[in-house]
Amino acid sequence: MTLTKADLVNRLYESDILTKADAVEAVETVLEIIKQTLEDGDNVLISGFGKFTVKNKRARRGRNPHTGEDLMLAPRRVVTFKPSGVLRNKINNP
Amino acid sequence: MNKSSLIDALAEKMNMQRQQSEFIINAIFNDMTEALVRGEGIEIRGFGSFSIREYKAYTGRNPKTGERIKVKPKKLPFFKVGKDLKERVMAKARS
Repeated sequence: MTLTKADLVNRLYESDILTKADAVEAVETVLEIIKQTLEDGDNVLISGFGKFTVKNKRARRGRNPHTGEDLMLAPRRVVTFKPSGVLRNKINNP
Repeated sequence: MNKSSLIDALAEKMNMQRQQSEFIINAIFNDMTEALVRGEGIEIRGFGSFSIREYKAYTGRNPKTGERIKVKPKKLPFFKVGKDLKERVMAKARS
């Protein structure tokens, strides 16, 4: 079993405080706020869960593994996730 | 941004009380935590997916003292960034 967006929506709906439409909108809004924050280059820290960080990667020399050709890779920005100690402990000692 | 400012942002965007927004944020991250504790993955399209990776025991070293230490087997959540988020964050790198 994999948890999906639909599962998150259903749990909120079942809590009886939101209509189905509001539950859908709430989940979408939360995700969009987090995405927009990361896009703006800010980190998102959820205590007890983990931290989403935007890392800037410098341009570097790479190689096409297929042709062996040298090439320059453009600078990149990537998102990484570091789980909190609380989450790590819960996963290892359920 | 931290959890508290995420709660504020959601309350403002959805025009709801902070208490309700806090309930929603806690419910979402509790559901995600519980899935990972059960050993299940999480897939949120456009955002990313989490899976549990299992690591075997190994003998490591304390990088400061050089001392050998036995590291027990462990499980760690691994996050893979979704396509939409990856592209949006990347787009800002070029501009």
